[in-house]
Amino acid sequence: MIKKTFSKEHFVKLVLISFALSSLLFLFLIFIFILAEGLPLFHKIGLKNIIFGFKWAPTKGSFGIFPMIVSSFLVTFGALIIGAPLGLSCAIYLSEYSGKRLKLFLKPALELLAGIPSVVYGFLGVIYIVPLVRNYFGGAGFSLLATSVILGVMILPTVISISFDALMSVPKTYREGSFAMGATKWQTIYKVIIPSAKSGILASFILGMGRAIGETMAVIMVAGNALKIPTSMLDPLRTLTSNIALELAYASGDHRLGLFSTGVVLLVIIMTLNYIANFAIKRRVLK
Amino acid sequence: MNIKIRIEELRLSFGKAEILKGINIDVYKNKITGFMGPAGSGKSTLISLINRMIDFEENAEITGRVSIDGEDILGDKIDEVQLRRRVGTVFAVPIPLPRSIYDNIAYGPRLKNRNERKELWPLVVESLKKAFLWDEVKDRLDSSALKLSGGQQQRLCLARTLALEPEIILLDEPCSGLDPISTAKIEEALNELKKDYTIILVSNNTKQIARITDYAAFFYMGTLIEYGPTEKLFTNPSERKTEDYIQGKFG
Amino acid sequence: MRINPRFVDKLVKIGLNSQAFFTVGILVTIVAIIFFKGSPYLNMEFIFSSPEDMGRHGGIFSTIIGTVFLVLLSIFVATPLGVGTAIFLTEYTKESWFTKTIRFGVESLAGIPSILYGLFGFIFFVIKLGMGWSLMAGVLTITIMILPTIIRTSEEAIKAVPRNLRIVSYSLSATKWETVTKVVLPSAGPGILTGIMLSVGRAVGETAAVIFTMGSSLRLPTSLMDSGRTMAVHFYILAREGISMEKAYATALVLVLSILSINIIAYYIMNRVTSKYS
Repeated sequence: MIKKTFSKEHFVKLVLISFALSSLLFLFLIFIFILAEGLPLFHKIGLKNIIFGFKWAPTKGSFGIFPMIVSSFLVTFGALIIGAPLGLSCAIYLSEYSGKRLKLFLKPALELLAGIPSVVYGFLGVIYIVPLVRNYFGGAGFSLLATSVILGVMILPTVISISFDALMSVPKTYREGSFAMGATKWQTIYKVIIPSAKSGILASFILGMGRAIGETMAVIMVAGNALKIPTSMLDPLRTLTSNIALELAYASGDHRLGLFSTGVVLLVIIMTLNYIANFAIKRRVLK
Repeated sequence: MNIKIRIEELRLSFGKAEILKGINIDVYKNKITGFMGPAGSGKSTLISLINRMIDFEENAEITGRVSIDGEDILGDKIDEVQLRRRVGTVFAVPIPLPRSIYDNIAYGPRLKNRNERKELWPLVVESLKKAFLWDEVKDRLDSSALKLSGGQQQRLCLARTLALEPEIILLDEPCSGLDPISTAKIEEALNELKKDYTIILVSNNTKQIARITDYAAFFYMGTLIEYGPTEKLFTNPSERKTEDYIQGKFG
Repeated sequence: MRINPRFVDKLVKIGLNSQAFFTVGILVTIVAIIFFKGSPYLNMEFIFSSPEDMGRHGGIFSTIIGTVFLVLLSIFVATPLGVGTAIFLTEYTKESWFTKTIRFGVESLAGIPSILYGLFGFIFFVIKLGMGWSLMAGVLTITIMILPTIIRTSEEAIKAVPRNLRIVSYSLSATKWETVTKVVLPSAGPGILTGIMLSVGRAVGETAAVIFTMGSSLRLPTSLMDSGRTMAVHFYILAREGISMEKAYATALVLVLSILSINIIAYYIMNRVTSKYS
């Protein structure tokens, strides 16, 4: 009953290891190539001039993306302001106030909402939200406000499902103990359940932020295309993502490199956000 | 009497915890040998060495020798897959695979590339008969094994093992949780099977050991206290501890 | 003045209730608008004829084919890679620095937004590897994009298979690979399939990563090196260039209906097979 030294099992394990390594390979390739194209311009023009530069005119040698960085953060916060409270409320309603049947029905509904392509959101935004903003608030309609609304809706599934998971994982005994002490449902929720689930809820917000800041198609359609820092909710703007998407097709030479540099900045921001979010989730699990 | 399995100076520990403290025992061919003892005595761990299922536990340190027909079966060079065709196992909790009764029994043989219906069919029938389950399921071999009762599922597990045509059958507390009738059926099956197989029965049920085994080994806290023909152990045990255990003074 | 906590409780309940309904309302509104504005223009001719005059006339047939090719090929490549990785992580190793590194890689890939996939696919596949705007570049890019989802859902599904089924399989003399293919994967199948369907849904709606890798040619792609247009890309161009509102709505309807049916199929598989042998 002696084993063969190299058997089918060994072969299978080797193949599977290489499959697993492929993920690392892809990540590596993505980083290397985006950095390879994006870093040279930082060297040539100067990190400060790009990140803190105010003027984006790549064909004339200006690669300032500061307004876009600010705009990206502004739409993200805008999205959070709209999507986070609404999303959290829905998550609370789902976990604390609804029965099993409703939960079963809502999960697919959420996934459907998440499945609608961003271009469709953008399209509906242009047709309905932009004119709404223009008529009721003024300005061109293509604005920070319109973008925040659209993005707020788009991050709802993320915020709702992760907050929901966090709320559901609070042990039943916490709720029972609170009720036993005479607290009402709402008191229990805001004094006991939410604090308990807070790192998961926080993680959902951060992941929502990550989604918003990386969103491209919907933003292109409703944000307008202004290269200045918006001074009011009604001003149009351009985000880092729109910058890349709008110009990549016809950019060449340094212009194209500039778009990759934009990509590098975006990559750094997103990786940082993801890292923070994962940290927050890990803290919840450790608790 | 032939020695089928010989265990020499077997020690096993997980880190600092010593589970088996130097076991020496010879298991005879075509007999039912009972391993008895209270929980934690190491009997289940001992048989997990014979079928090499111990491999799935991490951090086990093993010294000593376990040989079947003279061949050492521990060590990296041994093909566990071939070993497990010779050593079949029935676990305490019946675990049917989520498929039909027929496919459960055929699972093992198919692994040996016995795929033809005309080869498999008689094997399946034979195995079910030997496990005393044939009459109850012969009309519904294609139905899900999950629909069987606990006692039937356990006999299914026995039949599944028999389909591999092993030489040795290990049963780890197979009747715990089964009703008396199912237990009786399994015991009846084992009695018939010992003519062709070497059987080790692990049990904490001394009465069961007394009923059906030919040889009995009493384990306590990782040590083999006494081993011999069942009748002798139960009527005239040499060790005080054995006597106390059999009389139910602890366990 | 102290407000009665019971009263607050009732207010809160109403508040939360209405917000939940509002959210559902948004979804319903979106789907309804698309449905009512798009269905008048959705007919057999629309589906089976290709765009003419930049999409002002004709249908979306070539884009449907483009989408199908892109998604099917991506799934074809990503599934073995993803399921294989999941199998490796759960069955073939124990937790170690190595598995942690791989998981880190997967999680990082999952966090990268689609525009950056588009950027990467563009520079790496289209330019450096010389594929040009092509189906192949698109497939490779989308494959990497959906890989993390497949790995995650497969891992969950595989972990959910009870340990003692594996023990039984091993004790019946199966090798690890035999146990994986005959016992673990069949049991984990529905979960894995759900993950695949979710990825399909995502790939169908994807625009940023596709437009910069597969391009936007209106021709029907007949080889891997051909450029082509997916429905999502076509829809984007129609909408942004203002070419045709009616065609845009109709395309959006086809998009949403496809994704809806994919989700429904996924749930059907998930529920039906789990009840069969549980």
